Amino acid sequence: MLNRRVLRVRNPLIRECMAEFLGTFVLLLFGCSAAAQVKTSRETKGQFLSVNMAFSVGVMSAMYLTKGITGAHLNPAVSLSFCVLGQVPWGRLVPYFLSQLLGAYVASGLVYLVYYDAIMEFSGGVLTVYGPNETASIFATYPSEYISLSSSFLDQVVGTGMLMLCILSLGEKRNTPAPPELIPAIVAAIVLGISMSMSANCGGAINPARDLGPRLFTLTAGWGTEVFTCYNYWFWVPLVAPLIGGVLGTFMYLIFIHWHLPDPDPPESLTPLSTISDKVLQPSTMWDNGETIPWAIAEGRRLSGDVQKEASSRRERNIATDGPSVRGCVRVCVWEAREGETERQGWDGAARGQSNLTEIGTGDPSPRPCGDAASSVKGVFRSYKEERKVRANDREYNEKFQYASNCIMTSKYNIVTFLPVNLFEQFQEVANTYFLFLLILQLIPQISSLSWFTTIVPLALVLSITAVKDATDDYFRHKSDSQVNNRQSQVLIRGLLQNEKWMNVRVGDIIKLENNQFVAADLLLLSSSEPHGLCYIETAELDGESNMKVRQSVSVTSELGDQNNLASFNGEVVCEPPNNKLDRFCGTLYWRDKKYTLSNQNMLLRGCVLRNTEACYGLVIFAGPDTKLMQNSGRTKFKRTSIDRLMNTLVLWIFGFLVCMGVILALGNAVWEREVGFLFQSYLPWDPPVDNFLFSAFLSFWSYVIILNTVVPISLYVSVEVIRLGHSYFINWDQQMFCSQCNTPAEARTTTLNEELGQVEYIFSDKTGTLTQNIMSFNKCSINGQTYDPDFCFYDDTLLEAVKVGDTHTHKFFRLLSLCHTVMSEEKSEGELLYKAQSPDEGALVTAARNFGFVFRSRTPGTITTTEMGRSVTYTLLAILDFNNIRKRMSVIVRNPEGRICLYCKGADTVLLERLHPCNQELMNITSDHLNEYAADGLRTLALAYRDLSEDEWEAWSERHRSAAKAASCREDRLAAAYEQIEQDMVVTIEDKLQEGVPETIAVLSLANIKIWVLTGDKQETAVNIGYSCKMLTDDMTEVFIISGNTVQSVRQELRRARDRMIEMSRTRDGKEEGVEGCFMGNGFREGQGDSRGGEKQLQGPPPPPSNLMDNISGEFALVINGHSLAHALEADMETEFVSTACACKAVICCRVTPLQKAQVVEMIKKHKKAVTLAIGDGANDVSMIKSAHIGVGISGQEGIQAVLASDYSFSQFRFLQRLLLVHGRWSYLRMCRFLCYFFYKNFAFTMVHFWFGFYCGFSAQTVYDQYFITLYNIVYTSLPVLAMGIFDQDVPDQRSLEYPKLYEPGQLNLLFNKREFFICIAQGIYTSVVLFFVPCAILSDATQSTGVPLADYQTFAVTTATALVIVVSVQIALDTGFWTVINHVFVWGSLGLYFSIMLALQSQTLFGIFPNQFHFVGSAQSTLLQPVVWLTIALATAICIVPVLAFRFLKVDLKPQLSDTVRYTQLVRQKKRKPAGRSVGGAWRGVGSVSESRLGARGSSRRSGYAFAHTEGFGELITSGKNMRLSSLAMATFASRHSSSWIDTLRRKKHSHTNTPPSASGESSPAPSCVSGSIPPLSNSSSVLCGSQDAPIEEETGAAPDTQTASTSSTQNPPAPAPASEADDGSAQTLNAGVLTPVALRSQGGDSPGGWTISLGAVQEALLRWKGRASASNSPVKLAE
Amino acid sequence: MVKEEKEIANRPDNTAFTQQRLPAWQPMLSAGIVIPGFVLIGLAFIGIGVALFVTSRSITVLEIDYTGVEKDSPCYKCSDADVKNCVCNLVFSIDSLFEGPVFFYYGLSNYFQNYRKYAASKDDDQLSGDLDAFTAPSDSCSPYDYNSNDKPIVPCGAIANSMFNDTFKLYRVVNGAKKLVPLDGKGIAWWTDYNVKYRNPSVTPLKNAFNNTVKPIFWPKPAYQLDASDPANNGFINQDFLVWMRRAALPDFRKLYRRITEGDYAKGLPAGNYSLTIAYNYPVLSFDGTKKVVFSNVSWMGGKNEFLGIAYLVVGSLCVLMSIVMLIVYAKFKFPEED
Repeated sequence: MLNRRVLRVRNPLIRECMAEFLGTFVLLLFGCSAAAQVKTSRETKGQFLSVNMAFSVGVMSAMYLTKGITGAHLNPAVSLSFCVLGQVPWGRLVPYFLSQLLGAYVASGLVYLVYYDAIMEFSGGVLTVYGPNETASIFATYPSEYISLSSSFLDQVVGTGMLMLCILSLGEKRNTPAPPELIPAIVAAIVLGISMSMSANCGGAINPARDLGPRLFTLTAGWGTEVFTCYNYWFWVPLVAPLIGGVLGTFMYLIFIHWHLPDPDPPESLTPLSTISDKVLQPSTMWDNGETIPWAIAEGRRLSGDVQKEASSRRERNIATDGPSVRGCVRVCVWEAREGETERQGWDGAARGQSNLTEIGTGDPSPRPCGDAASSVKGVFRSYKEERKVRANDREYNEKFQYASNCIMTSKYNIVTFLPVNLFEQFQEVANTYFLFLLILQLIPQISSLSWFTTIVPLALVLSITAVKDATDDYFRHKSDSQVNNRQSQVLIRGLLQNEKWMNVRVGDIIKLENNQFVAADLLLLSSSEPHGLCYIETAELDGESNMKVRQSVSVTSELGDQNNLASFNGEVVCEPPNNKLDRFCGTLYWRDKKYTLSNQNMLLRGCVLRNTEACYGLVIFAGPDTKLMQNSGRTKFKRTSIDRLMNTLVLWIFGFLVCMGVILALGNAVWEREVGFLFQSYLPWDPPVDNFLFSAFLSFWSYVIILNTVVPISLYVSVEVIRLGHSYFINWDQQMFCSQCNTPAEARTTTLNEELGQVEYIFSDKTGTLTQNIMSFNKCSINGQTYDPDFCFYDDTLLEAVKVGDTHTHKFFRLLSLCHTVMSEEKSEGELLYKAQSPDEGALVTAARNFGFVFRSRTPGTITTTEMGRSVTYTLLAILDFNNIRKRMSVIVRNPEGRICLYCKGADTVLLERLHPCNQELMNITSDHLNEYAADGLRTLALAYRDLSEDEWEAWSERHRSAAKAASCREDRLAAAYEQIEQDMVVTIEDKLQEGVPETIAVLSLANIKIWVLTGDKQETAVNIGYSCKMLTDDMTEVFIISGNTVQSVRQELRRARDRMIEMSRTRDGKEEGVEGCFMGNGFREGQGDSRGGEKQLQGPPPPPSNLMDNISGEFALVINGHSLAHALEADMETEFVSTACACKAVICCRVTPLQKAQVVEMIKKHKKAVTLAIGDGANDVSMIKSAHIGVGISGQEGIQAVLASDYSFSQFRFLQRLLLVHGRWSYLRMCRFLCYFFYKNFAFTMVHFWFGFYCGFSAQTVYDQYFITLYNIVYTSLPVLAMGIFDQDVPDQRSLEYPKLYEPGQLNLLFNKREFFICIAQGIYTSVVLFFVPCAILSDATQSTGVPLADYQTFAVTTATALVIVVSVQIALDTGFWTVINHVFVWGSLGLYFSIMLALQSQTLFGIFPNQFHFVGSAQSTLLQPVVWLTIALATAICIVPVLAFRFLKVDLKPQLSDTVRYTQLVRQKKRKPAGRSVGGAWRGVGSVSESRLGARGSSRRSGYAFAHTEGFGELITSGKNMRLSSLAMATFASRHSSSWIDTLRRKKHSHTNTPPSASGESSPAPSCVSGSIPPLSNSSSVLCGSQDAPIEEETGAAPDTQTASTSSTQNPPAPAPASEADDGSAQTLNAGVLTPVALRSQGGDSPGGWTISLGAVQEALLRWKGRASASNSPVKLAE
Repeated sequence: MVKEEKEIANRPDNTAFTQQRLPAWQPMLSAGIVIPGFVLIGLAFIGIGVALFVTSRSITVLEIDYTGVEKDSPCYKCSDADVKNCVCNLVFSIDSLFEGPVFFYYGLSNYFQNYRKYAASKDDDQLSGDLDAFTAPSDSCSPYDYNSNDKPIVPCGAIANSMFNDTFKLYRVVNGAKKLVPLDGKGIAWWTDYNVKYRNPSVTPLKNAFNNTVKPIFWPKPAYQLDASDPANNGFINQDFLVWMRRAALPDFRKLYRRITEGDYAKGLPAGNYSLTIAYNYPVLSFDGTKKVVFSNVSWMGGKNEFLGIAYLVVGSLCVLMSIVMLIVYAKFKFPEED
C-alpha cells in the first residue's frame, strides 16, 4: 500500500494554497457554468437569478470543502481583510491570491471546455466582448454601458464592503454567532443577497480573483486583448475596488461593532474563518513552564500530519493544518470537539488525550495522545493507549502503528517542488512582493510612468540569484541526508544478518552493532559480546560528555546471545512516546509472559558510538525523527542580523516617506490640474478616464510611487547578499584561521550574518572540546616536598633520575598511581595494553605511572598486577573505596607480595590535606605552596597519600566495614574516613589542556568588551578550574560568587546577596574614586526603595535594582552557577533577577547545564539584553545553543560534526574566534555600514531629483532622466564601486584591530549605522538632489549652445543632470573608500567610463536605426557633452555637493577623531617614517596575563582543588563485583583497525593526525619493529615521540649499563632524558626493561577513545633502546655536577 | 604523501587577494592635502567665475513680450481668441550695434512641454517615416491619433498638434521705410534631429505619403506644405517643426526661430529702429501663458548666463573661506602626531 505519509504535503503554505486553489476552482466552476448555461441558452435554461444562485452554491461548496485548511477565503479581498485584521500573516497574501487566481483560471478553462459547443453555437464561432452575441461575460464581468468609471468603482467597493461586514460577524461569539457548521451556508446566502442586489451595474464580481482569472483565461482563449481594453481599460476596477471595499468593510465592522461588544476576548472568539493553524500557533510555541521547544514544532507538524492521515471525517481534517505542537494539537482536538458538539466519541477521545497529557506532566511532550485522540474519534481498530508498542522481529505488527521510519529529511525541496515552493518563499519577502506590485502597477497604462523593464530586469535578477543559492543549499542538504540515510547497518531479518541502509531500518528490527559504529536509531540493548550484557558507549554526539558510559541489557535478553536466538525473540516493548529527554526512558518488556522494567540504562541512543565492545544487538524502539537525537535538534531558524532588521525598518520608513512624497506630489497635481492643467487642455486634453482633477491626482500618486520607488532599489538586497558572500569567502580563505594540524580552514556556513560578527556582546562557550582540547596530560608533580616539572612531555631529568636511583618516595608515588584507580586494562597481545578509564584524568595518571616504569598490567576482582621497574608484582586488592562527590577521593587497600598492607589514597587536595597526619606539617606546608603554584597555572591538582596499615588495623577496619555495609552507606564512609589518617602526601597535577591561545583570545575578547559565559556540562570544580586556566577568572577579580542553591528561594537569596555585595563593593570603590556622586546614587536608590516598598520588602525582598545601577558596577566580579540553581534561575520570575546579576559580572560560568538550558540561557540574554550573542561549541549538546544564538560557531574536528552542521561559522580552534570577530566581523560591520550609508545616499540623490522636477512639470510624474539611465543607474553605473567598497574596504589593517580591541566597540554600540546615521545619509542625499536639480535648472534655462540653439530642452537637461549625478556619486564613493585597491580603481573609473560609453552607445544613430521607437535620446549625449556650459554646470554641481562634505569630514577627524582615525593616522605616520611596527600582536593580552601572574600568591589553594574525576562513581563496583573483567581480544583488534569509512571517523583521523603532526614525519618513517599495531592512535603517538629524532643514534647495546654515557647532541624539540637501562630480559612477558622510563607524551586521545588507553610494551622497549644514548648524554653534566 | 597533498588541497591560497592584503592606497584627509586643496579649488573657481562673469556681461539680449495682455500692447487686439489671422506690429529701437551673429528666439511661458502625457504624445515610428505608422498611429498619440472620422492624423499626438505657428517678419525702419531683414531659418534644429531622428517617408512627391491621413487638428496646413518657399523644408524635417518637437525641460522656455546672419546684418543689427510684424496665431492666454521674442548674441560659452559666473565666484570664495576656517581649527586642535 502506498504510504500516505509520503504523499502528504509538509509545507503548510503549500497545503493552504492548494486549498485556496481548489476552493476558488469549485466556486468558479459552479458560477461560470451557470453563466454559460444561461447565456448560451439565451435565458431559456435559467435566468440572471440562477447565475446568482449558482455562485452562492459554489461559495457554500467551496467553503465546506476548504474551510478547515485555510478558512476558505476564496477571494483576495477577504484574504487582504484578514491580513489587515492580523488573523492571517501578510506573507500569505500573495500566495493565496496567486492560488485563487490560478483556481479561477483553471475553472474558467474547464467551463469553456464543458460549454465549448454551446459557446461556439451561440457566438457563431466569433468570440467577442461587445454585441448581442458576446460570450466574454460568461467568464469575467463587464460594466453596463451606462455606468461611469467612478460609479462602477463605488459599486464594487460597496459590494465587497457589505460582504466583509456581514461575514466578519458570523464567528463572533459575543454577538450572535452562527453555528460553525452552518457558516458556509450563511455566507452563501450573503453572497446570494449581494449578487441579487448589487450586480446589475457591473456584474458584481466583488472578488479580484474571480474576475481576473476568467479574464486572463478569455485573453488566452481567443477573446483577444479586448477583454482588457474594452470599456476603456475598465478591467482594473474589479481588481482594485474589492480590495479597498473589503478593507473598508472590515474597518466598518471593527469601528461599529467589534470594539463595542461586551466581555474581553476569550480565546474562542477567534472567528472560524481565519485559519486554524494561526489559532494554534500562538499558545503552542510556549509550554506552560516557559520552555520554548523548537523541536516540538517539528514534532507537532509531523504529528498533525499523522492526524490528518488518520482522520476521515471532514471535521478532523480541520485539525490538520499546521498544528505546531503536541499541546497545540490536543487543543485543536478539544476545540474542534467543542465547536462541533458532535459525536460523543470524538469528545471522549480528545478529553482522554488531554488527560493523558496531564498524567505525563507539564511540559512533557507526549505527542501520541493527540494522535490517539484523533484515532479514537475515528473509532477505528486502534485501541486507546499512550505508549508506543514495539514487537521485536514483527514488522507487520509494528507497521500498523505507522511509526516514523529511520529516514531523516532536512531538505526543503525536490526537483518538482523547487520552483513553485521557492518562488512562494521568495514572494513572502516583503521586498519582492513590493516589486511585483510595482511591476503590476507599471502595466497599467494610465499610471505607468516608467517602462516595465525598469523593474522586471532587477527583479528577475534577484529572484534567480536567490533561487540558485537556495538550490545549492538544498542540494547539500540532500547530499548530507542521503549520506546519513545510506549508511549501512546490519539488520537481523528472518534470522539472517543483512546489510540495510539506515533509512530502511524499521521500528522493531533487531540490528547488530559493531565496535566504533554509530548507533543507527534508539535501540533497546538486547545482548552484547561482553559478559553480563554490558557495553560501552560514547555519548559525545548527544550530550558532549566524552567519557564512556556503560549500558547493560536486561539479563533475560543478554542470555540470548547471538543472532540465532535473537531471531526467535519476539518480546514486546511498551514504552513512552518519543521525547527529548536524553537521560530518561521508561518502558516495559513483555516476553514469555513476564514483565521486565526497562530504563535508560538499557538504551543505546542514536548518535552514540559503541566503544570497546565487540558487538551488540539492539531492538529499534525509536527511529528517524522520533529518536532522541532528532527530537533534541531544533528546527533551523532563519537568522537575521540586527542590521537586517534595522534595514527592514528603514525600508518601511522609506516606503512611508515614499507615500508621503507621493501624496505631496499628488496634491500638487490636483492643484495644478485644477489651476493650470484644466486650462491647458487646449493643448493637452485630459485622458478619457480622467474626468476631474482629483482622479488625475489619484493616478499621479501611483505614477509617482513607481518613479520614486528607486529610493529602495531591489539592487539593495542583491548587493547586500553579494557583499556578505564576499565576506564569507574572505573568512573561508583566511589562512590565519586555517588549522594546519587538522587541515581545516574556517568556514562561513551561513553567508548572511557576517556583519553581526562585528557587534557581538555576549559569547556563550562550551568548555569541553571548545576551550579545552579534551586531552589530559600528566604535567607536574611534587613528591615529598620535592617539585618536579616534567613539562609538556615530562622529560624531567630529575624525576627520571629519582625513579632510576630508586627513591622510595618517588617509587611510592608511582606505585600509588598504578594501583589506586578503577581503570581496567586489557593486554591484548604481546606488549600492548589498553586502558579503559571512566574519566580521562584517571587514564592520564595511570598512563603516567606506566611511563615511569610502574605499569598497571591487569586486575582481577581480588588482585592487581603491575610491572614495577620491569618486575612483575601482584598485589592483593583488599578494598576499593570508590570516588564520589562527597568524599572527593578514592582509596584502595592492597596487600603487597611481602604481605604488608597499604592504603593508597588520592583525591582533592583540600580533602586530603585535612586528613594528613599532623607530623607531616612541614611537608604539608611545602606541598601546599606547590599546590598553589600549580593551581595558579590553571592545572588540575590532586593529592596522593598513603599509609601502611598493620594487620590489626586492617582487620578492625574491615570488620567495621562489613557491619557498616549493612547499614547506610554514609556510615561506611564515616568509618573509612576514620581510618584515613594518612602519613605522607604527594601532589600531582593534571593539565586539562586548553586549546592553543585560549587565554589570550579570551583576554583580547574581554578587552573588546565582550562578555564571555561558559556553559558546560562539567561539574563545578572542573569548570571553575578551566575558568582560571583560561584566564576568565583571575585572581585580581573582586569576588567570585558561587550560586549553588537547590531551591528557588535559596537561589534567589544567593543572587540577591551577590548583587548587594556587588553594589556595596562598587559603591565603596566609587566612593573612593568618585566621591560624592557614587554615594548619592546609592543612597538615592536605597531611600526610594524604603519609601515605596516598606512592608512588602520583607516578603518579596528588593526587586532587581534599576539596570543603570547594575550597569555601573565597577568591580570585576564573576559568577559561577550550577545546574540546579540555573534551572531555578531560568524560571520566568527569576529571569530578570538572574540577568541583572549575571550581566554585571565580567565572567559567568554555568555548570552542569543541559543542552536545552544552554539554549535557554542564550534566549534569556537575547530577550533581556537586546545584545548580539554568539554561541560557540563543538558537540551535539551545543546544537541548541548554537541555533538559538544570533551567531552559532562550531568547532570542527573535535566531537563530530553535529555542531558544525548547525552552526553559522566553523573553524577548528577557539583562538580563531578573535580573528573572526575582531578582524572579519569588524570589517564586515564597517563595510556593511559604509555600504548602506552610501547606498541610501546615492539613491536619494538619484530619486529626489524627480520630486523637485515635479514642481516644474505639472506633477505629471515625468522622469528627469532617460528610462535606460533609470534602469541602469543602480545595476551598472553605481553598483560596482560601492560593491568594491563593501567588500574590500579596510579602515585599519587586521593586526591593528587585534592590537586595539577597543576598535570593536563601535559595532557593539551600533554607532556606524543607526537611525541617526541613516537620516544624515538621506539628508545628504536630498541635499545632493536639490543641487543636482536646481543648478542645471538655473544655468540651462538661459544657456544656449554656441550655435545659438537653447540648451533648455528636456534631453539636454536629462543628460546633464544624469552626468552630474554619476560624477557626484562617484566622487562621493571615492571619498568614502578608505582602501583603494586595484579593484576599487578599476571599478570606480570603470563605472564612469561605462556610464559614458553606454550612454553614447544607447544614444547612437546605429541603435536608433534599429529601434526608432525605443531610443528617443538619439544624439543627445554627443551634442550635450560638447558644450562647455554643460561641463561648467557639472563641475559647479559637483563642487557644491562635495565641498561641504569634505570640509565636514576634515573637521570631524580633526575635532573629534574616532579611535580608528587615530590608529589609521598613526599607521600612516609610521609607514612614512618607515618604522617597524612597534607593538607585537600579542602585546595587549600579554599585559593582562602578567597582571594575574603577579598576584599569584593571593589566592588560596582551595579554589582549584578540582579533582576532575567524572562526577559519577567509577568502575569500582563493577571491579569488585567481578563483572566484566574480560575484554575480548577481538574487541582490541577491531579497535585497532577501526578506521571505518564513516565521515566522522575521517574527521577524527584528521584530528588525530594533527596531534601527531610535529614529530610524525620522522616517527612514521622510522621502523618500529615491535609495534604490533602501528595504527593504534596512542601507540603511534608514543612511538612517534620516541622515535622523534632521526638524527639520534640508535644504540644497539641493549645490555649497556645505565651509566654508560655517550655524548650525543640531540635536537631541541626532543629534550633528552636519561633512560637507565637495566639488563635486557629475554623473557617474553618481561620484555619491559626494568626501570624503563619512557618520556611519552601522555594524552588521552579525547576524540579517539576517551578512557581507552593503549600502549605497546614493545614500543616502550624500542624507546628504551634509543633513549639510552641520549639519556646518558644529558645525564653527564648532572653527574659531573654531582 | 597523501596527507600532505590533502593539506595543500585544503589550505586556502596564500594570495594577496584572498588574504585581503592587496596593496592599497589609503587616503586620509590630512591637513596637508585638504587645506591647500581647498585654496586651489577656491582660486580656480574664482578665476573661472570672473571669466564667465565678464563674458556674460558682454552679451546683449533684447526681450520683448508680445502676448498682448496689457491694453497698450500693440498685440492686444490679437489676444481675443475670436480674432483670426491677426497681425500686429512691434516697434523697437537699438541704440548701438547689436553685434552679430544675432539669434532670434520666440519664448513661451507657463507652457508645459514637459508634462508626461504631452511628452509621450507622439509616434516615433511615424516621425521616422514609417508608412505603417501613418495609417495606424500609436496609442500614445491619443486623443490626437484619429480625427472624428477615424482618419489617422499625421503627424499624430499632442506635441505636433500644438506646434507654434506665429510667424515673424523683421523690418529695419530707415527713414520711415521698412526694409526686410533677411532671416536664416536653416540649421536651427539639432543635427541629429534633422539628419537621423526625423525622416520623411521616401515617397515622391511627399504629398502621396499623406494619402488617407489628415493634418493635425490645429494645423492650418498639412505637414507637406509647412514651408511653401522651400520644398525641401517640408514634412517632418521642417526646421520649425523640429525645433518645436524638441521639447523644453521647463515651463518657461525659448526656442530658436531664426538667425540673422545674412547680408548687411552679418556683423549684427545696426543701431536704429526696427519693426517686427507678427502673425499672431497661437493662443496662450487661455492658460495664462505669455509669448515673447528675444534677440541675443552668443559668446564662446553660449548665451547670456550671469548666474553661472556668480555661482562660481560664490563657491570659490566659500572654498577659500572654508580653508581659512580649517586652518584655524587645525592649528588649534592639532591632530596628535604620535600616540
